[in-house]
Amino acid sequence: MAGKVKWVTDIEKSVLINNFEKRGWIQVSENEDWNFYWMSVQTIRNVFSVETGYRLSDDQIVNHFPNHYELTRKDLMVKNIKRYRKELEKEGSPLAEKDENGKYLYLDFVPVTFMLPADYNLFVEEFRKNPSSTWIMKPCGKAQGKGIFLINKLSQIKKWSRDSKTSTFVSQSSKEAYVISLYINNPLLIGGKKFDLRLYVLVSTYRPLRCYMYKLGFCRFCTVKYTPSTSELDNMFVHLTNVAIQKHGDDYNHIHGGKWTVSNLRLYLESTRGKEVTSKLFDEIHWIIVQSLKAVAPVMNNDKHCFECYGYDIIIDDKLKPWLIEVNASPSLTSSTANDRILKYNLINDTLNIAVPNGEIPDCKWNKSPPKEALGNYEVLYDEEMAQSEMPDRDLRSRSGQPMGFKGNRARDSGKSGALTWK
Amino acid sequence: MGSAPWWRKQRSAWTASPPLPSLCSFLSKLRGRWQRCRRQAKLSAQLCLHNPEIKLESLKEDIKEFLKTSGWEKKLQNAVYNELSVFPLPCHPSAPPEHIKESLAYMRKAQGNWEKRILKSLNSMCTELGIPLAQKRSINEQKELLSKWNEMGTDEPDLSLFRPVYAPKDFLEVLMNLRNPNYESSEQPSFRNHLGLIQVPLKVKDIPELKEYFGELDLSTGQMDIDDSANVPPELFENEHLRLGQKVLIKQDSAASQQYVRQGCPTSLRAELWALILNISSQPEDILYYEQLKSNVIQHDLLVDSLIYKDVKLTASNDDYYFVFEDYLYQVLLCFSRDTSVLDHFEYNSATPPKSYIRGKLGMEEYAVFYPPNGVIPFHGFSMYVAPLCFLYNEPSRLYQIFREIYVRYFFRLHSISSHPSGIVSLCLLFETLLQTHLPQLFYHLREIGAQPLRISFKWMVRAFSGYLATDQLLLLWDRILGYNSLEILAVLAAAVFAFRAVNLMEVTSLAAAEAVLADLSTLKVMPLLQIFLFATGT
Repeated sequence: MAGKVKWVTDIEKSVLINNFEKRGWIQVSENEDWNFYWMSVQTIRNVFSVETGYRLSDDQIVNHFPNHYELTRKDLMVKNIKRYRKELEKEGSPLAEKDENGKYLYLDFVPVTFMLPADYNLFVEEFRKNPSSTWIMKPCGKAQGKGIFLINKLSQIKKWSRDSKTSTFVSQSSKEAYVISLYINNPLLIGGKKFDLRLYVLVSTYRPLRCYMYKLGFCRFCTVKYTPSTSELDNMFVHLTNVAIQKHGDDYNHIHGGKWTVSNLRLYLESTRGKEVTSKLFDEIHWIIVQSLKAVAPVMNNDKHCFECYGYDIIIDDKLKPWLIEVNASPSLTSSTANDRILKYNLINDTLNIAVPNGEIPDCKWNKSPPKEALGNYEVLYDEEMAQSEMPDRDLRSRSGQPMGFKGNRARDSGKSGALTWK
Repeated sequence: MGSAPWWRKQRSAWTASPPLPSLCSFLSKLRGRWQRCRRQAKLSAQLCLHNPEIKLESLKEDIKEFLKTSGWEKKLQNAVYNELSVFPLPCHPSAPPEHIKESLAYMRKAQGNWEKRILKSLNSMCTELGIPLAQKRSINEQKELLSKWNEMGTDEPDLSLFRPVYAPKDFLEVLMNLRNPNYESSEQPSFRNHLGLIQVPLKVKDIPELKEYFGELDLSTGQMDIDDSANVPPELFENEHLRLGQKVLIKQDSAASQQYVRQGCPTSLRAELWALILNISSQPEDILYYEQLKSNVIQHDLLVDSLIYKDVKLTASNDDYYFVFEDYLYQVLLCFSRDTSVLDHFEYNSATPPKSYIRGKLGMEEYAVFYPPNGVIPFHGFSMYVAPLCFLYNEPSRLYQIFREIYVRYFFRLHSISSHPSGIVSLCLLFETLLQTHLPQLFYHLREIGAQPLRISFKWMVRAFSGYLATDQLLLLWDRILGYNSLEILAVLAAAVFAFRAVNLMEVTSLAAAEAVLADLSTLKVMPLLQIFLFATGT
C-alpha cells in the first residue's frame, strides 16, 4: 500500500472534511506536498496563472479545470454554445437542423441571450421585435442570485447603463459585464409555484468527453406564488429560486428548505402528464447537458490533473421543454436541511470515488474509467470513447424521427441503468 | 351564530327519512342520487326520438341497442356498481335506521360520547377565544380572500391560540376503554383477555382468510413495483399490465378497473383508473358545484377554517413530499367543510354530524344546524388524507371530487367508532391479533417493556400511512384500498412493518427506543413487505 493521500482545502465545509477523514487521508497545508486540493474558483485562478508558473505533478489532482469559466461564466457559456451551433451548421450536421422560423430544432436550449454592454444594439433589435417580453439581467461573474434584476422596458436598461457609467470606474471594467436573457415567462408551475432544477454533473475528462449525471438532483421552489404580472417584477422571491435568495423570504421552511427531489418531480409528471412526455423531458435534459459540454470541450484546457463537479440550473417551461439557465463551478456545499446535508455528503463521497479511485494516491495517467460498481449515485451520462466505438452512426440515427435518440435505453429511476448504448 | 346560516336554508339534511334498505328504496335512491345522470340520459333519449327510423314494435330492442352504443349501459352499470360498493348490504327489513350506521349498541354509545367530547372541546375553544363558530365576512374581507385564493399559504395569521381538537393518541385512549357490556370485564389479565390494548371482541380475519381475501397479492401474481415475481420478467409484466390498463380505461368499466388495480396501477394511468373506480367524471356541473363551494368559503368565515389552516401548517407544510401543494390543500379542505353533500355519508357512518344552535336558541331543534356544514370536524393530521392525491390531480375541482369520494367511502372509518371490518377498531384488533399470533415473542417483549405495538402503529393507520411512506409506495398501498374496497390492508401492513423490524425491536428496552426503530418508514417497499408477511412466512 502506497502512502496516504495528503489533502488541502480552502473551503471549510464539513461535508468535504468528513469525507477526507473517512478515507484516512492526511490534512496538510497548501505549502506542503499535497495530492488532492479541493479549492475555490479564486484559488484555481492563481494555481494556473502564468505568474505562479506552478506545475502539477502526476500525483496531484484538483477539483476544477483551469478555464472552467468557459462553461461557468454566463457570457462565455452562451458564446461557446453559439459557436458550437454555427460549427455544426457549417459541417452540415443534422443536429443543426432548423425549423421554418430559423430556430434550431435540437440546439435551441438556452434562452435568447446577449452580452451587455457589448451586444446592446443587437439586444435592442431583438427587444423591439417583441416589446412585451421580460428580460433578466445577470452580472457575468456572480453567483447565488446576486445582482440579478428583471426589466420589461427599454428605458430601464438605459437608466441602468447611465447609472453604472456615472457611478464608479470599476463598474465599467469587464468584471461588471452583464448578460441579458429572455425571461422564461411560462415556467411549469407545480402547486402554483415556480421552481428550477439543480442537477449535478461530474466531468472527469473533456477530450475524450466523459461525464456523469448525479441521480439525486432536486427542484428548488419559490416560496411565493408565481405571477407573471409585471407589478411583481421587483419581488425577487417570486422569480428566483436560489436558496441563497429564498432563505431571506419570510416563508422559508427550514425542514425541507423548499427542495423537492427529482423522483418526486418524475412521479408527479408521470401521474399528471403521462409517461411518454415525462421520459422525453428527462431525455432532453440529459441531451442539453451533453451538448453544453460538447460545446466547450474544444476550448477547455483538458488538464489531466483536473476533474469538476458542476451544478446545472435548468428551468422547465409549461410545454415541458427544458432550458439551460446556467452552470455553476462551485455548487454550494452548505447544507440547508438534514436531508440536504446527507445528499451533499454523498455527492462528495461519490465524486471522490470516481476522481480518486479507491482513495489511493492519485495518478493522473490512469484511464479515468471506473467500474460501474464504483459510481454510487452517478450514472454515465456520456462517454465519447465508448460512443465512437459503439455507435458511429448515432448522429445520423438521431435525425430520423427521434430527435433525442435516447429512446428505449433510458436509465430508469430504479437504477437499472442500461444507459450506455445511446451515447 | 346570528341568523340562520346559508347551509341551513340550502338543505334540511338527511335526517328527514333514512331509506329502508330494500331494493325499492335502493332504486329510488339511485334515481335521486343520479338525477343528473338520468337527466342526461333523458336528454339523449329525447334527441333519439326525433329519429324517423324509430318504430314502436322494435322499441324495446332499439332502446337496448341505444343504451349499448351510446355508452349509457356502461354509465348505468358504473353508477349501480358505485352504489353497491358504498352502501352496506341490506339488513333485516325491520331493523331501525341506526343499525345501518352501527349495529352494536355499545359502539353507538361510545361514538356518541366521543362526539360530545369533541363538540365540548370545540365549544370551549370558541368561548375561550371569543370567536363565533361562523360569521359572514365583510365585503373587503371577501375581496381580500378572493385575491389570495391561490396563495393562502403565504398568509400568516396568528394561530398560536388554536390547537387541534384532538390528535390520534387521544382517540386511541377512547378505543382502549371500549368494553362490551355483555362480557365479563375483569381488568385482571386472564386467558380470556386480549393481551393488546383493544378489549372488545370483534371478528377479524386470520392469516388464511387474509390470504384468500388478498389472493391477487400472492407471490406468483405480477405486481407493479415488484421485479422478482416468479413467473414473468418484470419488464414483460409491466408492459402487459400497462396495455391491459389502457384497455380498462377504454372500456370505462368501474368493476374491471377495481379488479385491475389490485395488482397496482402504472403511474401514468393511476389518476384515470381511480376516477373510474370512484365513478368521478368531472362534468361542467361538477366544476360549477366546486365554484359554488368556493364562493361559500369566500362569504363565510368558520372557526374550523383556522383548525384546517393550523393542521396544514403543522403537517403538510413541513413535509418533504407535500409542501409544494400547501395551497391546494387549503382550497380543497375549506371547500370540503362547506359541502353539505358530505352529510349523506352519515347514513352509513356510525358518527352523527354535530349540531349547533343559532344564538339564543340553544336546544331548540328547529334552530339547529350542522356544524361544520359537512358534519366533519377536522383533527390533527386530517389534511394528510388529501395531500397524496395532489400528485395525481393538478386541477383543484377534480382533486376535490376525488378526495370527497375517497373520504366518504373509506377514510371516515379511520376516525369513527364502529364494528365495521374497515373501521378503526377492527383494524386495531386485526393488527394486534396478527402480531400476537405470528410474532408472539415480539409482541410479548414489547408489551413487557411498556411499548404496546398499537401505540406506535395507531397513527399510521389513522392516517392511512400518509406522511409516513414515500409517496410512490403510498399510492401503491392506496391502490389496494380501492381495489379491495377495504382498509384492512392498513392493519396488515402495520403488522408487516413490525415483522420486518422484528430483530431490532427485540433489542429495544423502552417505548422511545421502539419508536426510534420505527420512526422512518420512507425507505420501505410496501408490496414486498405485504407479500412476505401474508404469503412467505410459514403459517
